[in-house]
Amino acid sequence: MNNIVTPASIIEEARLFAKEHIRPYTTRFEENNGIPRSLINKMGEHGFLGAVFPPLYGGLGLDPIAYGQMTEEIGKACCSTRSVLTVHTSLVGQTILRFGTEEQRSYWLPLIASGKKIGAFALSEAETGSDAGSVKTSYINHEDEYAITGRKKWISLGHIADFFIVIASCKEKVTAFIVERDETVTSTPMQGLLANRAGHVAEITFNNTRIPAANILGKEGIGLSHIINTAMDYGRYSIAWAGLAIAQEALESMATYARQRTQFGQKIYKFQSIQQMISQAVVNVHAARCLCLKAGQMRSENHPDAVVETIVAKYHTSKTAMQIATDAVQLHGGNGCYNMYVPERLFREAKILEIIEGSSQVLQGIISEFGLKKYYTKAHE
Amino acid sequence: MNIAGKIREFIQENLVVWEDDISFSDTDNIFQLGFVNSLFAMKLLNFVEIEFDIKIENNEIELVNFSSVANMERLVKSKLMQAHE
Repeated sequence: MNNIVTPASIIEEARLFAKEHIRPYTTRFEENNGIPRSLINKMGEHGFLGAVFPPLYGGLGLDPIAYGQMTEEIGKACCSTRSVLTVHTSLVGQTILRFGTEEQRSYWLPLIASGKKIGAFALSEAETGSDAGSVKTSYINHEDEYAITGRKKWISLGHIADFFIVIASCKEKVTAFIVERDETVTSTPMQGLLANRAGHVAEITFNNTRIPAANILGKEGIGLSHIINTAMDYGRYSIAWAGLAIAQEALESMATYARQRTQFGQKIYKFQSIQQMISQAVVNVHAARCLCLKAGQMRSENHPDAVVETIVAKYHTSKTAMQIATDAVQLHGGNGCYNMYVPERLFREAKILEIIEGSSQVLQGIISEFGLKKYYTKAHE
Repeated sequence: MNIAGKIREFIQENLVVWEDDISFSDTDNIFQLGFVNSLFAMKLLNFVEIEFDIKIENNEIELVNFSSVANMERLVKSKLMQAHE
């Protein structure tokens, strides 16, 4: 038996894992208000949670493209389960890999890879969304330790997280801390959400939570300029593939339904209006995949424009996911509005991707700046 | 191209000001002048590490080290000297 782990074998393993352990239970996860901890543990056992970390830290050393393709396989089956990769592995794990001290990397990354500890990224607050530097959660310095007080909101995995990367401010400084849950940390699950209903989204309160100075991530004062921006870059890359996953899944549901559903005495794929929806979806999915692969390739090469190409990919795939999921609901008619059919969930989940990890409106500003620079041609030159 | 030239070229590729005749000296603070966007500090750190094959330690991520061409050149030169010691 060949047990050699290759990128292709991991992606196939993720597909089979999703088929067996995720896809049949997606609706139940939503009804139960959360994916089970046991599922996250299984993902750790298969190596998915540390797939992108170096083997030194318990990872598989996947390159960005293979990690994206693995994310797509999980994301096609369940967005909430995919959010574990986005948050726990990318936002938290990859940021610790990038800016953590050797002690922090050696301690946390194997725990993240195995799923023994679940991490969440505690940035957003009731009044702090896109304007990340305006966090009200504050910290003060007590000799060789810090104390954090404040309330975070919209924190994916927040209710089950064992530790957090917390973004807090002190006067003009914004700093990131690695904070383990203790009795001063309380979480309240958020109900009534449009989507990510199984993602353990919570409000988190830190009440004079004491942490040693050694738990600063990076350096005091670089929370906004480096930690948040880097974490969001990792997160956006994950969300780019998450958007592709929804778009691909919605397309497959449309193609399948169109060949099975009969109206007016014929299969509905024979109607030109249906063919138009499917053809647009095919073109947009293919384009979205190209953008994800391009961003992944540039990330592999450490290309200076990888950050903006990742933004372009995320912007496009989230828009594409929303469009194709909307068409999938339309094509399914009443069944598209019913949670026994996949498009109902994809439609809700797609909207989230246009908001998180940089809203489309914020990203438009960055893409516009890039275009004004890159595609400027002085007349007569 | 020398160190300062490479740094200057990277900054120019990432300027977010649109006048054709924009210019800055080696000692101008590009952040204070508003010449770059919020992502640039992160991009600049990645660029310096990859382009010059050096590792900037967390305690060296001071804005002052990255605020001008001259300051970055000084940091890169000191890191390269350390690497060869």
